[in-house]
Amino acid sequence: MIELTDVHKSFGSNHVLRGVNLSVPQGESMVVIGGSGTGKSILIKSILGLVTPETGTITVDGKDVNKGDRDAFLARFGMLFQGAALFDSLPVWQNVAFRLLRGSLKKPKDEARDIAIEKLRRVGLSADVADRLPAELSGGMQKRVGLARAIAAEPEIIFFDEPTTGLDPIMSGVINDLIREIVTEMGATAITITHDMTSVRAIADKIAMLHAGKIRWTGPVADMDASTDPYVDQFIHGRAEGPIEAVR
Amino acid sequence: MSTLLASIGAAVLGFLAAIGRLALFTGQTISHLVRPPFYGREFGNALLQIGYFSLPVVGLTAFFTGGALALQIYSGGARFSAEAVVPQIVAIGMVRELGPVLVGLMIAARVTSSIAAEIATMKVTEQIDALVTLSTHPMKYLTLPRVLAATLVMPLLVGVGDIIGIYGGYIVGTERLGFNASAYLQNTADFLEPLDIISSLVKGAVFGFIAALMGCYYGMNSDRGAMGVGRATKSSVVAAAILILAANFLLTEAFFSA
Repeated sequence: MIELTDVHKSFGSNHVLRGVNLSVPQGESMVVIGGSGTGKSILIKSILGLVTPETGTITVDGKDVNKGDRDAFLARFGMLFQGAALFDSLPVWQNVAFRLLRGSLKKPKDEARDIAIEKLRRVGLSADVADRLPAELSGGMQKRVGLARAIAAEPEIIFFDEPTTGLDPIMSGVINDLIREIVTEMGATAITITHDMTSVRAIADKIAMLHAGKIRWTGPVADMDASTDPYVDQFIHGRAEGPIEAVR
Repeated sequence: MSTLLASIGAAVLGFLAAIGRLALFTGQTISHLVRPPFYGREFGNALLQIGYFSLPVVGLTAFFTGGALALQIYSGGARFSAEAVVPQIVAIGMVRELGPVLVGLMIAARVTSSIAAEIATMKVTEQIDALVTLSTHPMKYLTLPRVLAATLVMPLLVGVGDIIGIYGGYIVGTERLGFNASAYLQNTADFLEPLDIISSLVKGAVFGFIAALMGCYYGMNSDRGAMGVGRATKSSVVAAAILILAANFLLTEAFFSA
């Protein structure tokens, strides 16, 4: 269970998170929606400890994320970054097996490579991409490699930051289906942040809408369309008119 | 008047804060030296990039500088009939001063800029965040191997630069200025003292530390976007060059003031 209680985070005069409260039960796929610049990425970076909130608490299974053994804590997580964030200087297989080649989860090189190739296959990439550099891959392939890296160490919790941004609709569909399959198959807890409504419907068990630094609405994906919240209604239908200002 | 004072105060505070941040960064880097894990492969790669691949630029710079120095000393020395001191002054000039400083500045241009641009790009493309999520400390994985490699390999580069610089002077001295080859070498060897060589190598180590540290510091603290990467790269080279020259003065004072 991931739990955020009254989390605040500012950058100078920009108050990004203004008291976020959110619970994500184990094994649930939560999608956080919201406009650009509303702090969705900061929210998951706060959970990972990449950003430290000024006030509020964030716990995973009751333990404060900023206390205790960081390596053991981070070993439970996998993350797909918006731009995939692959390491340019390493071949694809070493990117995927990065965690398996060093640290507490270290495995022999051959075994790590086999696992990397298996994970690449799981995301629909053949073994012949394993020795290529990330710069030699298309955007969609890079996203899939990022996804393979996120699941390589079989984490309990996976975060997806804008998984379909910059991809064509077909590749977006492929990535959405992969995420849904992997989360279901691994029984992982997932938080996805996106403003792509197709992704939301494909990936989510539950949705939370972040607006003005707070969770505006939360509920099961099936209830989203019937929501009477004008903010949710405007967002999911992509209307320029409504309570959310189009110019931010 | 109060606005002026406020501006000066803000500038001084900003400067002190920057020194504090740099001191903290340096302390953190050094602290990782004694805390495992260590990334041997990254260290080896840094040795290769900073050391081996810098040899051509170091060699060419030192060779031409040694040759030019010989010409300058010869023409300058002719004003008071001291042309014969070319081998001695080239040797002492290259080993004590020009060798370490020029190699330091070339490394600042070649290595500091490259480290800053690489790490800054990693930062803006979230690769640094990705490292953290993969349970890898960026200071251990990126900073320590580069700083350690530069500190260890720079004395070797400076040594090579010193030798090639003296060789440049030797070529000009014997081929252009008519010095006897064996006498030139004998004068060079006789005149150099162990302290000259030690100071040269110590300067190399300090300059290597500064060059790599500045690249890492500005890379890690880069702003977003292409402008951020560009600014980090430029600032790292400027800071490294100034600090190398300042450190050179302090080390020269420490070694030779008596």
